[in-house]
Amino acid sequence: MSERFFPDGMPQPLADTTSLPFWEAAAEHRLVVQRCQDCGRTRLPPSPVCSECQSDRADWQEVSGLGEVYSFTIVHRPLAADQSLPFVIAVISLEGSGGLRMISNVVGIEPEAVEIAMPGELIWEDMSETLAIPRFRPRS
Amino acid sequence: MSGRKACIVGVGETEYARWGKIGDVTEHALACQAIQRAVTDAGLSMQDVDGLASFAEDRNEATFLAAELGLPSLRFANMVWLPGGGGGCAAVGNAAMAVETGQAEVVVVYRSLCQGQFFRFGTGGVDASAPPDPAPPTVQPANSLMLASMGFAMPYGLLMAAAAYALPTRRHMHLYGTRPEHLGLLAVTFREHASRNPRAVMGKKPMTLDDYYASPMIADPHRLFDCCLESDGACAVVVTTEERARDLSRRPVEILASEQGAPQGYAFGPFTNANVADEIYATGGTEEMANRLWGKAGLKPSDVDVAQIYDHFTGCVLMQIEDYGFCARGEGGPFIESGALSWKDGTLPTNTHGGSLSEAYIHGLNHVVEGVRSLRGESTSPVEGAEVCLVTSGACVPSSALVLGRK
Repeated sequence: MSERFFPDGMPQPLADTTSLPFWEAAAEHRLVVQRCQDCGRTRLPPSPVCSECQSDRADWQEVSGLGEVYSFTIVHRPLAADQSLPFVIAVISLEGSGGLRMISNVVGIEPEAVEIAMPGELIWEDMSETLAIPRFRPRS
Repeated sequence: MSGRKACIVGVGETEYARWGKIGDVTEHALACQAIQRAVTDAGLSMQDVDGLASFAEDRNEATFLAAELGLPSLRFANMVWLPGGGGGCAAVGNAAMAVETGQAEVVVVYRSLCQGQFFRFGTGGVDASAPPDPAPPTVQPANSLMLASMGFAMPYGLLMAAAAYALPTRRHMHLYGTRPEHLGLLAVTFREHASRNPRAVMGKKPMTLDDYYASPMIADPHRLFDCCLESDGACAVVVTTEERARDLSRRPVEILASEQGAPQGYAFGPFTNANVADEIYATGGTEEMANRLWGKAGLKPSDVDVAQIYDHFTGCVLMQIEDYGFCARGEGGPFIESGALSWKDGTLPTNTHGGSLSEAYIHGLNHVVEGVRSLRGESTSPVEGAEVCLVTSGACVPSSALVLGRK
């Protein structure tokens, strides 16, 4: 099991059949984005059709896990018992994803030191045997 | 359509209180009270009402309220899809469309909130003090489109609105040099306006910029005083035709324009819109809608005498001011610093009731009520001779807006 940053009681991912493959890949420590098989446009969160060409044919593309902070907030209120505060929620621009961003956390750094445009890299937090959450830390 | 132009002819509200303080009256009873007061204010009776409209996933169904209030016939029952406070002006706009097309004659738009009897929006419905589930964390089924989308925010702790709306605001600060002081001045200004308003929950609690800086940080850059109140209470507005309004007691307020707007990919705003176009991320998302609104009204930003701008968070007001064209993109901070939003010497007196930051959080329908009062000359912070009022609904999510005019 990985290093832990957040307690077990954090809100858990909710998924339907469209979005479940993201979390199945995450459990294998693969960060994936959905990709249209007709026009190649990537999308996140997953959706049943491509907003560019309306195709419903899509597969999943693994991304490098490199990114940078697009925006962030330092949160001083807990979501779960025994959560360490404050913590950072960030929007991360994902390299090699076709220009996608995702919401995640920045860990492994003093929250006050986080800046927009700071380079980050993916780190997986295993919350259980079946659940891994992609978070980001400053690029080493 | 001569004579069928929509007007607002009545407004009403219950007592406003801190969330959870109204525990002995049900939310639908408050809705009934607000509707009764608005209908009475209009000089109408419940026998005249044939339409009800609301928004923000209202729990108080129009069909049940119509039965409770004894409406002879409910011809128009309407809910807006826009999330939360984004839909208040749209509900009024829908009422206007109903009366202008003859679908109904008198439509009451209402919103009632007793958060203590349900849950606090501000927490996102999470109780951090609850004992953790002993089962190992795993992926849970999402049984709605909303929850499936929120599935990409929740595991990171993004449930609290104060955190979500901090994201575009933080980027605005990065891009344009917007400072905490700008946000603080905005909060202080609205609190000052509330000091003259006997309905305002925070009316007797003056605030200085030092008080603002002393308020606890919630989700940086949002301090407590950047966040709207969480309130119990209800309000309502009555919409009918110009022709009908001529026979009524009150000076009608004309609905000059109404618009709804969600930019591409906006969905549930900063909870789910990390992938909207870069050009609109650090905005209120309402610029394109604002341009349509001005076009429809045949007016421009400089024609506005007074504004009631949805203030869930200070930064969202700042970005809306830019969206609606009151200043250039990135200039919202200096615009606030200039005192523009202040009653009574500012160029754009804004939230003359104190807003959701200091009057009450009724999902912004109270901003429509204040817009009407400001054009009737009944505001407690009156703008002399005001003829045009902009009212906006929650921005940084799909939103809506009204331009009101004095007849």
